[in-house]
Amino acid sequence: MSGLWAIIRKEWKSYFVTPAAYVVLALFAVIAGFFFYSMLAYYVMSSMGGGMFGGGGNLDIHSMLLQPLFFDIGITLLFLLPMVTMRLYAEENRSGTMELLKTAPVRRMEVVLGKFLAALGLLLVLLLFVFGYVLVIWHYAHPHPGWAALGGAFLGLLLLGSVYLSLGLFISSLTRSQVVAGVSTFSVFLLLWVADWVTAYDNGGFAHIIAYLSLTTHLTNFVQGVLDLKDVVYYLSLIFAGLFLTARRMELAE
Amino acid sequence: MLEVQNLSKSYGPKLAVNQISFSARKGEILGFLGPNGAGKTTTMRMITGYLPPSRGQVVVDGISMHRAPIEAKRRIGYLPELPPLYPELSVRDYLMFVARLKKIPGSQRKPAVDRAIERAALGEQRGRIIGRLSKGYRQRVGIAQAILNEPPLLILDEPTAGLDPRQILETRKLVRSLAGEHTIILSTHILAEAATTCERVIIINQGQLVAVDTPENLTHRIKPTETVQVEVRAPAEAAAAALRALPEVAAVAVLGQHNEATRLQVEARSAAAREAIARALVGAGWGVRELRPLELTLEEIFLSLTGSPAAAAGESSLSASAPAGEGGSAAKSNEGGA
Repeated sequence: MSGLWAIIRKEWKSYFVTPAAYVVLALFAVIAGFFFYSMLAYYVMSSMGGGMFGGGGNLDIHSMLLQPLFFDIGITLLFLLPMVTMRLYAEENRSGTMELLKTAPVRRMEVVLGKFLAALGLLLVLLLFVFGYVLVIWHYAHPHPGWAALGGAFLGLLLLGSVYLSLGLFISSLTRSQVVAGVSTFSVFLLLWVADWVTAYDNGGFAHIIAYLSLTTHLTNFVQGVLDLKDVVYYLSLIFAGLFLTARRMELAE
Repeated sequence: MLEVQNLSKSYGPKLAVNQISFSARKGEILGFLGPNGAGKTTTMRMITGYLPPSRGQVVVDGISMHRAPIEAKRRIGYLPELPPLYPELSVRDYLMFVARLKKIPGSQRKPAVDRAIERAALGEQRGRIIGRLSKGYRQRVGIAQAILNEPPLLILDEPTAGLDPRQILETRKLVRSLAGEHTIILSTHILAEAATTCERVIIINQGQLVAVDTPENLTHRIKPTETVQVEVRAPAEAAAAALRALPEVAAVAVLGQHNEATRLQVEARSAAAREAIARALVGAGWGVRELRPLELTLEEIFLSLTGSPAAAAGESSLSASAPAGEGGSAAKSNEGGA
């Protein structure tokens, strides 16, 4: 397992000696901050307006503020995480360092997991920003938002982000070109995100299968604080599929 | 130390490496020689476990690469054709990463990295970012990476490719200094490199093993006779006739005449024939200005073994092989091949 640790350390070092990680972190902070500020401002305005007409300033903070915020964070990750995963393997394939990794006395899975966990670490830092926003709301909102719903939402975002990373890792392992990896990853994510649209015009069984594959359908439950085993299984199976396929891919010849 | 048995690799219907078998003893430097595209890199990639062979097997130090890849890989240091470097890391950080990757225990990591830096003469560069190093230094970082865990088997794929002449000499010196404790297999398409650095040479062409032997034996195998070049102050016909009369001499050709001297090329049946030639010429009262044996260059051996038309010409006719000893062999083989 020391091989795993070596990969994680090296990946983090590479993230932070190049501008890549800083750019992702900074842009995410700007975008998520803008979402948070806009939604909060709108929410405050709406509830003040409601109070003025005797409604009592009691708009549901979950459905009016937090749930849309979490959804938008999910979309922001959809845009940014392909930028993180696209180089993970494509660059090693291109520069020849894959020969070092494949001829070192480490298991393929150590390399795959190491890269995945290092990227997961970066995702956790991103979610930490979001946690900061939520703390602000929790401090000022009375009654406080429910911890169960918040926890569910964070778990959902973490799982969703892990799916992005694992599938992105696999797509990156298929090519030497970062651009090809980035564009393909982004397209796959976008399709998975909007796949549930089919149920809007089709009620057949096939449409339901496609809708089940949608990342959105499953995030909805988490964000609403509903922890359904079905959703957890869905995310976990996508994560394992991505990691497994990447390891298999490493075993095959070029 | 290393056993390669019937190794084959096919990409679809194309056979890149076909049934290659050889072995390497402990501490020897083995040259892997072949034209570009002969299958050298593919073979090395199979030995190091980068590519799974289609057929055959690799045994390193008694351990099968197929059955125990992790254990086998521990015993190999590998420098691929393109040094596997991370341009964003410093030399030291990179080597520390490789040390972890190669599972060198924590307390021995720093000494191992320091030793590798010292042996590859990278002391001044240890803190520099790899992306800013010159090509020669990058190659050394690649070698430092390969020798980091003191592997019994070192595989170097074209270690001198793309370096300037001085760096080539330094790299060869480094490789020779590593022999003894390590078994080294190095590939090259430069024959002089194999001749100067390697104890044994493996010649492969189009995925097939053509020959395995020492450079000297290879020479002998292709040309059991000895070619001697003579310059003598004498009329051409008279000198040639005198030499043809000797029992040790198989053939004589006149290369040219200038001033009053004649240059001749003599095909002798044994090395002792040189003495007889000298005696005959001096005995006839002619002044001998030069008498030297011509050795086959590896170029000629190589071309003859790989069956190129230039080689056939060089072998059969005396005059064609004449310029070889004077360093003109490259030009000649180009003409022959064209």
